[in-house]
Amino acid sequence: MNAVDRFEEGSPSWPVTRYLDKGGSALQDIPSALDDRQTLAALYAAMVRTRTFDQKAVSLQRTGRLGTYASSLGQEAVSVGIGAAMDPADVLLPAFRDHGAMLWRGVTMTEILQYWSGDERGCDYAGPREDFPVAIPVASQAPHAVGVAMAFQLRGEKRAALCILGDGATSKGDFYESINACGVWNLPAVFVINNNRWAISEPVAMQTAAETLAQKAVAAGIAGVRVDGNDVVAVRHVVGRALEEARSGRPQLVEALTYRLGDHTTADDARRYRDDAEVSARWQEEPVLRLRNYLVARDWWSKADEEALIRQVREDVDGAVEAYLALPPQPPAAMFDHLYAVLPPSLAAQRALLEDGDG
Amino acid sequence: MAEVTLVEAVAMALGRAMDEDPTVLVLGEDVGRDGGVFRATEGLLDRFGPARVRDTPLAEGLIAGMCVGLGAQGFRPVAEIQFMGFVYPALDQIVNHASRLRNRTRGRLSCPMVMRMPMGTGIKAPEHHSESVESMFAHIPGLRVVIPSTPSRAYGLLLAAIRDPDPVIFLEPTRLYRAVREEVADDGAAAELDCCYVMREGSDLTLVTWGAMTRETLAAADALAEEGIEAEVIDVATLKPLDEETILDSVGRTGRCVIVHEAALTAGFGGEIAARLAEKALLSLAAPVRRVAGFDTVMPLPRLEDAYLPGIDRIVAAGRETVRFQ
Repeated sequence: MNAVDRFEEGSPSWPVTRYLDKGGSALQDIPSALDDRQTLAALYAAMVRTRTFDQKAVSLQRTGRLGTYASSLGQEAVSVGIGAAMDPADVLLPAFRDHGAMLWRGVTMTEILQYWSGDERGCDYAGPREDFPVAIPVASQAPHAVGVAMAFQLRGEKRAALCILGDGATSKGDFYESINACGVWNLPAVFVINNNRWAISEPVAMQTAAETLAQKAVAAGIAGVRVDGNDVVAVRHVVGRALEEARSGRPQLVEALTYRLGDHTTADDARRYRDDAEVSARWQEEPVLRLRNYLVARDWWSKADEEALIRQVREDVDGAVEAYLALPPQPPAAMFDHLYAVLPPSLAAQRALLEDGDG
Repeated sequence: MAEVTLVEAVAMALGRAMDEDPTVLVLGEDVGRDGGVFRATEGLLDRFGPARVRDTPLAEGLIAGMCVGLGAQGFRPVAEIQFMGFVYPALDQIVNHASRLRNRTRGRLSCPMVMRMPMGTGIKAPEHHSESVESMFAHIPGLRVVIPSTPSRAYGLLLAAIRDPDPVIFLEPTRLYRAVREEVADDGAAAELDCCYVMREGSDLTLVTWGAMTRETLAAADALAEEGIEAEVIDVATLKPLDEETILDSVGRTGRCVIVHEAALTAGFGGEIAARLAEKALLSLAAPVRRVAGFDTVMPLPRLEDAYLPGIDRIVAAGRETVRFQ
């Protein structure tokens, strides 16, 4: 067993919740709240949408029309499952690979492209106004979730903060400090570890000697559970239940087991540090085909449905790309616009240098 | 009107701010029942309860990061870092998030927090309790850096900092906490941010300083007056954004300037002021700008701290030489 596989199923005391096996066959009854065509087809459509968008973003980067981009290939179920489980009133605090959750919550493809093109306006979401922008410094979003959850608690609101972190983030003090504080104060927060096995070139076994990441909840005195992160039904169900618990003052840690099928970012070449064979094997577990197989077996998904979906998603992505490419750049002096609520007069001279430059 | 110390003025301002605005929260280590290790939050727990006056786990990164989340949600957190020497784990949150949340979301989210912390030497405290690293914060775009020098200024500037919509680093000089008493009216009147305060007028020399060093600098000005040298003393009060007008105006009249700070000389904030004078007041200068500052040494433990601190004598000597320079 190699280092990565140690996390495969973990110990019997930390079972992995799973409804669909790798091939898409049901291992147990689907939770009744999810067991209808409409719900499952929406989850499937969102994963296809996320993957199609993702592929387009990578190709835009490869052709010089987008900056460095973090692909979510293979992790669509974690991200979409989270987005679908959240109430609109909850607040999402994502890492930087959570496009599926962001899209589900109403961040637009155009905004995501704008951000990764290097334009701050891509974080001024027209949809979820209270959601945090992506966090680039690893785990630094975790204490923000503590503050957001505390705000909900202070106002007596039945809302939850949902923070997504990678497996590498569990090595950081920010992560532990945050789950620990949520335990102390019974805050309405859920932390989902997107355990995609790799932090750039470091396998998860290099992050910790612990048998699971979920068990890190024990030291914080909060609940920890594991879920198959490539089974969107399981993610949707487990995260939904965790959010309900959190809104009642019981913070939760969820470890979602998935796999990063792509490079870390478009600036990375994963072949430098992992075998093609490992990646090929993981393709057998990927989440999109898994759910489609299940839908088809239930007679809930036809070839015509698939073609219509692909057509619609491509149209949406192409439209978003067109809108993104047509965005006028910010004027240079815009870098001063939101530095402070009101620009101090002492900075006016610096700003003027750029305004003059505008001609 | 009550005669209060600087630390009592801080507590008074915190109580006032919490009273007038239910979104103001106080959080930090030992700020609740203990009232803060310096008693800056004394009485607040009884008045406002544990929801708004919150002892936190001992984790400065968490404290600062929570403020970002609370601020984005419309609260006005006022966090206490127990000593400046313990702020470093919070820097990631201050630099990477608090200072730039407004900018990176184009104004959608903001972080109206105040991070208070005691700074500086002079109270014979253990290792790591005496540093002055204000220039580190002054280098970070998006922050305000404020340092009071008197009880009334502490009251007014802290109220202004709490009402300000952007993050403010509020540095409280420990050796001034109980050094003097002053009449301070608890009237809710804020003092102006982003401006220097002229503490003493004079036409021969400009002495620029802030925080605890205002005391030694004012004493030095008195000593210089006995020699017939009238020094103007400027308390910078807000290091960032810097009110350079007041300093340039004074130096334009005196032609001579000495900058005094407790922090280490190299890359201290005095260097920034000297650079502004070189850029904008060179032709007014009749003498080189001097800096009287802490040494570029590790802050010594208490038995040598008096030797580290720039004393009145060093300021007087620098002032005298600057005025005599031909």
